Amino acid sequence: MTERTSPTNAVDRERDSSAGATSTVSTRNGAASVTGDRQQDRGARGTTNETDPTDTATTAQTATETEREHPLAIETTGLVKHFGETKAVDGIDLAIPAGGIYGLLGPNGAGKTTVIRMLATLLQPDAGTARVFGHDVATDGDAVRRRVSMTGQFASVDEDLTGRENLVLLARLLGYSRAQAAERTHELIDAFGLTEAATRQVKTYSGGMRRRLDIAASIVVTPDLLFLDEPTTGLDPRNRNQVWDIIRALVANGTTVLLTTQYLDEADQLADRIAVIDEGRIIAEGTPGELKASVGSGVLSVRLRDPECRDAARDVLTSVLDAPVELESDPAALFARIEDSDRVTQALDALAESRIEVTEFTLGQPSLDEFFLEVTDRQTRGGADRDATTGDEMRQEGVE
Amino acid sequence: MTAERSPTAADTELHSDPAAEPDPNVDTLHAAVSDSPRPPRPSAVSASLTFGWRALLKIKHVPEQLFDVTVFPIMFLLLFTYLFGGALAGSTSAYLQELLPGILAMTVVFITIYTGVTLNDDIDEGVFDRFRTMPVWQPSVIVGALLGDAVRYTIASTMVIGLGLLLGFRPEGGAIGVISAVALLLVFSFSLSWIWTALGFIMRTPESLMGVSMLILFPLTFISNVFVDPRTMPGWLEAFVSINPVSHLVTAMRGLMHGTATAGDVIIVLGLSAVFVVVFGPATMYLFHAQQ
Repeated sequence: MTERTSPTNAVDRERDSSAGATSTVSTRNGAASVTGDRQQDRGARGTTNETDPTDTATTAQTATETEREHPLAIETTGLVKHFGETKAVDGIDLAIPAGGIYGLLGPNGAGKTTVIRMLATLLQPDAGTARVFGHDVATDGDAVRRRVSMTGQFASVDEDLTGRENLVLLARLLGYSRAQAAERTHELIDAFGLTEAATRQVKTYSGGMRRRLDIAASIVVTPDLLFLDEPTTGLDPRNRNQVWDIIRALVANGTTVLLTTQYLDEADQLADRIAVIDEGRIIAEGTPGELKASVGSGVLSVRLRDPECRDAARDVLTSVLDAPVELESDPAALFARIEDSDRVTQALDALAESRIEVTEFTLGQPSLDEFFLEVTDRQTRGGADRDATTGDEMRQEGVE
Repeated sequence: MTAERSPTAADTELHSDPAAEPDPNVDTLHAAVSDSPRPPRPSAVSASLTFGWRALLKIKHVPEQLFDVTVFPIMFLLLFTYLFGGALAGSTSAYLQELLPGILAMTVVFITIYTGVTLNDDIDEGVFDRFRTMPVWQPSVIVGALLGDAVRYTIASTMVIGLGLLLGFRPEGGAIGVISAVALLLVFSFSLSWIWTALGFIMRTPESLMGVSMLILFPLTFISNVFVDPRTMPGWLEAFVSINPVSHLVTAMRGLMHGTATAGDVIIVLGLSAVFVVVFGPATMYLFHAQQ
């Protein structure tokens, strides 16, 4: 039921991202034309999941039947968690098979962390069920804890101890002998590039070192399922890439990863499938490609040499792109949401003809904000989209 | 796939000092994630001892935390002995014989607060949640911390008794009397600590926990028989002193140190300790599991 991405694909995608802006444009053009015709039905599908919760519940059920011998890594039905009056998680259904990376994407306070905390046995669900490799998190916590590991803002290491001491402590708690614990610690410290820092207190670590130690602490015994709660929030690009490398190495070794992130591009880089969460509910689900295709081909950002020309540039772009052009906080930058990426080259030509010098341009996917606004907006317009019945809608009709 | 518009890339550069941060080694990385068979689960005792070891490491790295357990008792002992000794008991040396067991009890009872504060810190920092997601005997994190605290109590006791001996404290119960008094004190403190662990889950910050604990401990230690004979107090105060657990502890410790303790004195203290554990142990574990 899932489109699995092999590690090789993941590497390809990474190469893609490191390519310059120019080649990105051509890739974009290609991608846009391929996905263009899928756009409508994907959009409709995101809506379907939201408007009819039984739809995803049915998916979960079917999965259980077909994969009885191999229980899903994660399976939740109608998961609910309140904090006082707030419904932090409001009926989440997930069916995540073992292997690969699954992303939970959403803004702060969407309920991502609460979902992970319930799955890691840190919180008891108020309603619904959650199973990890077939073990109920509410009644069989010990069995769950033997299979999972967690990294994130809420599961960290002891800042007063050194990196080495932290790892030895965890290794001992997991049952290693003194000698084995020392050996395993050495191996992890070496692999995670922490040799220099091993004997320093963790509170002296930089953000990137700290995050690597957090992850090392989670894989003293390689878990079958690893929860990564916003693993790269606050990291610079270099450290972020290192963390991504580590995650990919784990997945290549067979660990299933459930990742939460606020960043669409991170989910895009890493995840095989993504659930978009807002206000405790899943509002869209699919592969990164499907989700992006559902909100149009992207955003053109342009940065000018001379901020004085920005108004002129805005006029040129508005007329060529036939789309609203917005100003960025950078006084020399502006951007436009575009549906038709073919016009991008025309727009750049037009700027050149008007003698407006461009120092930088990118044609990228929509930011999470834009993506998010689009999805939630569509959700409120629900009825209209539901009429656009396509292949994906068939299943829903079957249910009703 | 451009990252330019992503908030990660542009806005949040915390630390980047490439020279100080070698890349993870890709070859060893793959080796490190692949060969780690899960060892057998450690016993409850072994897990608790490991957490105790952690508490000792924290003392090693943050030796300032021993300040309270060394400087305060010395200060109190000198202050009360020489300031009030003559007035209260006729001579400083006579007062010291009565005061020292009381100061010792008071010192250690006060530093039990740190059990709760440490726990509260762990929860704040997030390290506690990591322990909770691990397949270990769950109470071991608290039992281990209490074992580590016992080391702290022992250090404090050694300081106070050592200084007392220098100043002229002469326990008639001898070494055995002193050691049994300290042992009784450790049992009482270990049991009392469960109140603070329970509070450690309830209070939101270490500061507020500290405040509440002080509010409880000040009356418990000062309105007791530590400093003066309760018979000199008004009746209502004397009544409080006579039911105060700290008074019972001090009576038993004085008795043990001077060789005059009755079995009853000791049994009352052990009974009170058992009550603390029976009430606040399960309360702590309930709050532990209800921890959000």
